[in-house]
Amino acid sequence: MTALRILSAGPGVTVQDGGRHGYLRYGVTVAGPMDPFAHAVANRALGNAAGAAAIEVSPGGVEVAAEEQPLTVALAGGSFRVTLDGEVQPANLVLRLEPGATLRLRAGDGGMWAYLAVAGGLDLPPVLGSQATHLRTGMGGPGGRMLRDGDRLPVAPAADAGAATGEIVAPLLDRPPNLVRVLPGPQDDYFGPEAFAAFLAGPWRISERGDRMACFLEGPVLTHRLGFNIPSDGVVMGAIQIPGEGQPIVLMADRQSTGGYPKIATVISADLGRLAQARPGTRIGFQCVTHAEAVRALAAERAFLAGPIPVEPLRRSAFSAEFLLARNLVDGWIDGLRPD
Amino acid sequence: MSRDAPAAPTFLDAGESALVVEFGRSVDPALSDRVLALDAALAADPPEGLRELVPTYRSLMIHYDPLRLDRARLIAKVEAALSGPAPVASRSGALWTLPCCYALPHGEDLAEMAGLLGLTADRAAQLHAAGRYRVYMYGFSPGFTYLGGLPEPLAISRRPRPRPPHDSRAVLVGGGLCAVAHFAMPTGWYVVGRTPERLYAPERSSAFLFEPGNELAFEAIDTETFAALQARAETGEVVARREPA
Repeated sequence: MTALRILSAGPGVTVQDGGRHGYLRYGVTVAGPMDPFAHAVANRALGNAAGAAAIEVSPGGVEVAAEEQPLTVALAGGSFRVTLDGEVQPANLVLRLEPGATLRLRAGDGGMWAYLAVAGGLDLPPVLGSQATHLRTGMGGPGGRMLRDGDRLPVAPAADAGAATGEIVAPLLDRPPNLVRVLPGPQDDYFGPEAFAAFLAGPWRISERGDRMACFLEGPVLTHRLGFNIPSDGVVMGAIQIPGEGQPIVLMADRQSTGGYPKIATVISADLGRLAQARPGTRIGFQCVTHAEAVRALAAERAFLAGPIPVEPLRRSAFSAEFLLARNLVDGWIDGLRPD
Repeated sequence: MSRDAPAAPTFLDAGESALVVEFGRSVDPALSDRVLALDAALAADPPEGLRELVPTYRSLMIHYDPLRLDRARLIAKVEAALSGPAPVASRSGALWTLPCCYALPHGEDLAEMAGLLGLTADRAAQLHAAGRYRVYMYGFSPGFTYLGGLPEPLAISRRPRPRPPHDSRAVLVGGGLCAVAHFAMPTGWYVVGRTPERLYAPERSSAFLFEPGNELAFEAIDTETFAALQARAETGEVVARREPA
């Protein structure tokens, strides 16, 4: 059976499929990708189902290799620094990974999450029908944990092994994080008009405290009109809770199934990735849209994923570090630690 | 007891892919009945594009695909379900009897809670085991069951600060409610006992036992019985008893 070998993995690198759906009523977290659209783009570029199991790469980075047989893999998401045997690659691409070659992803110019999908999809034992990793309950992935050095991930047979290789052309992946679209509610009436206006204007700074469960925002203190304890009710990914101290918490992929704070607004599905990819320190504001506008934005993503994902052949513009060093272009180089 | 006609529910968007049907703002068995009736009606005849139903104390969250199920059509479907013949109160009316050991080391906080309520630990355990509970909802973590029907003398606020993690399968009291927690975790509730039953067992044909709306009673067991039942539960056996309500 074909497999992907994890040569090294930083903290926070996990297996994620489209999420563990159908068990919210029993308190089960959905998990799944932080940037569902980028995850789906990587899968669809290979002909996989949009929700096939893939690797979610954190800023901790990852190094992988094909075990025994070549694999076709795709990358999509944040602007990570990608190298294949040292040769720099575009951040969003489909490539052929031959056994013995090393594909490396490191945090790059921007973004928090990159998705590494494999033609056929990863093939780990599902828990409640899903491979999505949820660390707090130890579900999904290899034994409910993050990936670590040496893991061998089985790959399911690919329906279409001949996916075109090259750079993925997906303008919808280019999502500046500064303005995030929301629908008001479901508990916007717990806030007065001034508090709601302050919520939209921000500016909100993305806190370092965030993880897969929630994105914490720092900015003006929002005051409740009707108190801040409500009987727990259902929550979705993107729900913006305002707890007592008045600083928003946006619930993300690893959110619990229910929550007990008023939710002033909800990030529209098409902007979940925009928010998830925003690094700590980024400043954002919110913009209200209508339900119809939110559905149209989702429809645009769905239409893109339904068609063949455009892939352009790579122009050989990149030179590997090994190539450059071999050409001895660094004659004037001085070792700063040992100045002679 | 006569009641006014119940108020029409409110429809609230939770993003473009989830609709909250809210029947009120309090924890109330009458509201829970309406939530569970709608849950049962939609589950029996789900419109194309409906993804998941999540009943909570006083509202039903409907997850749907807005590209396959138009919001207005979903609301019309909900309104039709609400005005139709009253469906059964829940998907599967059932009374569960859940074994519970109140003795130490399992009922770690029983004496502390009883003291705060002016009761002896034995009396608090008796009262707890004599209650008839209703599964309001799940939440917080897999298999974490919120139960209404806590006997009034046991009504106590939650702890001002969370206590260190309890064992798995803890039976909890706090905030005027009872709960059963499958996963070990820190809690602001009082740990009054422990059940040998597994409320979440992914390898079992029914990974979860209770449906929201089911009724539940506790049966006091001693530590030896606890150990024996726990060993059986580990093999996948269901040690709680189920009878039609």
